Amino acid sequence: MKTAEEIFEILKNELGEIILSIDKDTPTEPIISVEPLKIHIVSKFLRDNSELQFDSLMCLSGVDDANGKKVKDNEGYDVIEGGTLSVYYHLYSTVLKHKITLKVSAPREDAKVESVENVWKCADWHEREAYDMIGIKFLNHPDLRRILMPYDWEENSHPLRKDFKVPEFYQGMKIPY
Amino acid sequence: MALKTETMVLNMGPQHPSTHGVLRLELEIEGELIVNVKPHLGYLHRCFEKHAEAMQYNQVIPYTDRMDYLASMGNNFGYVLAVEKLLGIQVPERVEYIRVIMAELQRIASHCVALGTNGADIGALTPFLYLFRDREYILSIIEETCGARMLYNYMWVGGLSHDIHPNFVRRTKEFTSYFKNTIVELDNLLTYNKIFIERTANIGVLPAETAINYGATGPMLRGSGIKFDLRKDDTYSIYNRFDFDIPVGQGLQGTVGDSWDRYYVRVREMEQSLRIIEQAIDQIPEGDVHSAIPKRIKPPKGTVYSRVENPRGELGYFIISDGNTNPFRVKVRAPSFVNLEILGELCKGHLIADVIAILGSIDIVLGEVDR
Amino acid sequence: MYQYFYDLTGSVIISTLITAVFPLVNVLLVALIGVYLERKVSAWMQDRVGPNRTGPFGLFQTIADFLKMLQKEDATATDIDKKLYNIAPVLVFAGSFAVYAVIPFSSKLIGSEIEVGLFYALAVSSFVVAGILMAGWSSNNKYSLLGAMRSAAQIVSYEIPTALVVLAMVMFLGTLSLSKISEMQTAYFWNWNILGGAEFGLSKFLLIPFMLVGFIIIFISTLAEVNRTPFDIPEAESELVAGYFTEYCGMKWAMFMLSEYGNMFAVSAIVSILFFGGYQSPFGYLGNTLGINWLIPYEQAFWFILKGWFFIFVQMWLRWTLPRLRVDQLMTVCWKYLIPYAFVNLIIIGIITLL
Repeated sequence: MKTAEEIFEILKNELGEIILSIDKDTPTEPIISVEPLKIHIVSKFLRDNSELQFDSLMCLSGVDDANGKKVKDNEGYDVIEGGTLSVYYHLYSTVLKHKITLKVSAPREDAKVESVENVWKCADWHEREAYDMIGIKFLNHPDLRRILMPYDWEENSHPLRKDFKVPEFYQGMKIPY
Repeated sequence: MALKTETMVLNMGPQHPSTHGVLRLELEIEGELIVNVKPHLGYLHRCFEKHAEAMQYNQVIPYTDRMDYLASMGNNFGYVLAVEKLLGIQVPERVEYIRVIMAELQRIASHCVALGTNGADIGALTPFLYLFRDREYILSIIEETCGARMLYNYMWVGGLSHDIHPNFVRRTKEFTSYFKNTIVELDNLLTYNKIFIERTANIGVLPAETAINYGATGPMLRGSGIKFDLRKDDTYSIYNRFDFDIPVGQGLQGTVGDSWDRYYVRVREMEQSLRIIEQAIDQIPEGDVHSAIPKRIKPPKGTVYSRVENPRGELGYFIISDGNTNPFRVKVRAPSFVNLEILGELCKGHLIADVIAILGSIDIVLGEVDR
Repeated sequence: MYQYFYDLTGSVIISTLITAVFPLVNVLLVALIGVYLERKVSAWMQDRVGPNRTGPFGLFQTIADFLKMLQKEDATATDIDKKLYNIAPVLVFAGSFAVYAVIPFSSKLIGSEIEVGLFYALAVSSFVVAGILMAGWSSNNKYSLLGAMRSAAQIVSYEIPTALVVLAMVMFLGTLSLSKISEMQTAYFWNWNILGGAEFGLSKFLLIPFMLVGFIIIFISTLAEVNRTPFDIPEAESELVAGYFTEYCGMKWAMFMLSEYGNMFAVSAIVSILFFGGYQSPFGYLGNTLGINWLIPYEQAFWFILKGWFFIFVQMWLRWTLPRLRVDQLMTVCWKYLIPYAFVNLIIIGIITLL
């Protein structure tokens, strides 16, 4: 069993640059920030290292950080420009019984994160959900389709974004409220 | 000249008697043999996560009821634990005990449905109704206390909505002694029924390695022979005070991790839940269940991931607080959502009838899969 | 039967009418009571109340259902094969209905007293397969198609053990006439075929175990032929929605149900004729004791209907207790167990009969 700081040290020593920082201020759990395009390397290391053995991905959540600039678009709605979208990975080791939280942040306009589907299979649907809801593109994901929304939902419309505008029409049909 | 054959695509659901709600499975079949299974979700998507962002922390609780509607207590429990962790609230002893008893009663009720529908999918309708009868017993006990059969909104951040009804302790005790007979009856009627064993043993075998890699939890994981239960391994509330076992699949009728094992684990788990209830019911201390409820819930900036052992597996709440009265983001790691992912893997090479048996043994609740 | 009613009424028209309508009334009554009983029996077994709103004890529930069925719109999907689709329920119903023509309800109440009654019953009841296949194919629904394919395979397979047991019985009895078979098991229950037949001797005791085996085989295989749980795979509700009649509604659907319940009674009747003395009373007749001869046919009808319903009850009992087999397991049961046993049984009964 290892604490988050120890894990951070191991990661920093082994992988260096990829690991960005550790955020210890949060009241409940320290979060390790990682490069979005290198997350699969970190994941694989975390899973296969005999000291760490993070064999299970508890949760993968896409988050709209909403830390950009709020501007009005031409119809008068608030739209967020700039800032980041993040993905949080909650890992657990069923053998060593320790936990760790990873975080990657990618720019909002072109959010691309490497998929960890081939490290933990259960990331498959979680990543699809994050793509569907937040609009984060997972590179090298085998089947990145929408999962909860209809397949023919408007492109680039992701409901869990903070500036999501509820559409008036769906496939030409008026949506009644 | 070789005979040219084509596979057929069979669309199972969203309206189908045994897809447990509105799951849609696209089965690619060759005769009756399954070549490929593609689940399609989202028919019950009710935007829980989006709603949660627009609600205050305590207003989210009724929405959690509606995710896994067969185990609403567990959903409440997980959510309030997460928020309490964020706020750093210690709830009174009495609340802890009542919560545990409620969650365990709910676990039994939920397993009743799971086992019943698993049997009903295979064609045994009578055990299904017996189990529903007993589930109704539990629901009426809970109803007496909190006024609702399924969607309770019972556990609040820092406490409970009501104290227990004066009859609660007596009726729960009556129930625990009564329900033991039902388990014996169920074992005789279904668990060791030759046809039932033939239908479920060696069907949908899930090896332990795969189970972990796919993130399977709850009876799915334990059915594969891994002794892992959050109540013991990552203990929360006051579960460490009780003495109970974790049943695991042993492959008694076939291979470890087959559908029968998952079924069997659930049956034995009901017994363990009864044990916990029996221990807890006598120890409920006096106290006020409202004393720790905060007037205004405004947690500090930060994130929390809190998980509880729901009847279907690990229910995780990932909450981000930005210091406001509304959560910034609530992500739910629903056990059914993750467990369902394995379906395609499990079904390959089996027959259509087995898909139903496997789906029944995974025990999904679509309200939770789609949220 | 015609002769009996002619003697009774003295009118050609009335007796012809009764004879003609009798099987139809029977099959309708069986379905009416069967559906009600199924609901009540399942309710008792499952700790429920069952229908209790329509009439006393819900007795009129099936009638109400029937009326509802009649009023329903005959909704059909667009891309169906209209002709086959419409013929199928009639064909299925005709198959089970036609069997009633030869079932001897008592020594006097037989629709048609033909010499090859047993053979006719077997032949006509397999007519159902054609109807089911037509229904499954014409519905243009994959569930229906799968259901129909399963059903055809199942009924055709299970006809073999049935036929083998029937063959053994025919060898033993020396006749194909259902009324003669009943007649041979007269007087008391120890004369029933299940207890070795009417002839008293060593062979009677030798036969008893093999008769039992024969009875079990024919009961299981007839259960499969009428698509009841644990063999209700063609219409497996949880897998195939409703199998071959998924796309049917209203009266056409009701015809399938009618034929199912009709079939249940028909096979029960055949089993009870072959092994349980048909319409013969187990304890002798009240009519004989009291010297009222006209009472005897009614007593016989009573016993026959009682036996028939007893077997229907057993079928229901099994249905509400057991889970359903899988398609391949069903075939295994038939080809690997029932057929070899039936063959051996046939040979042994043949040898004993020769002795």
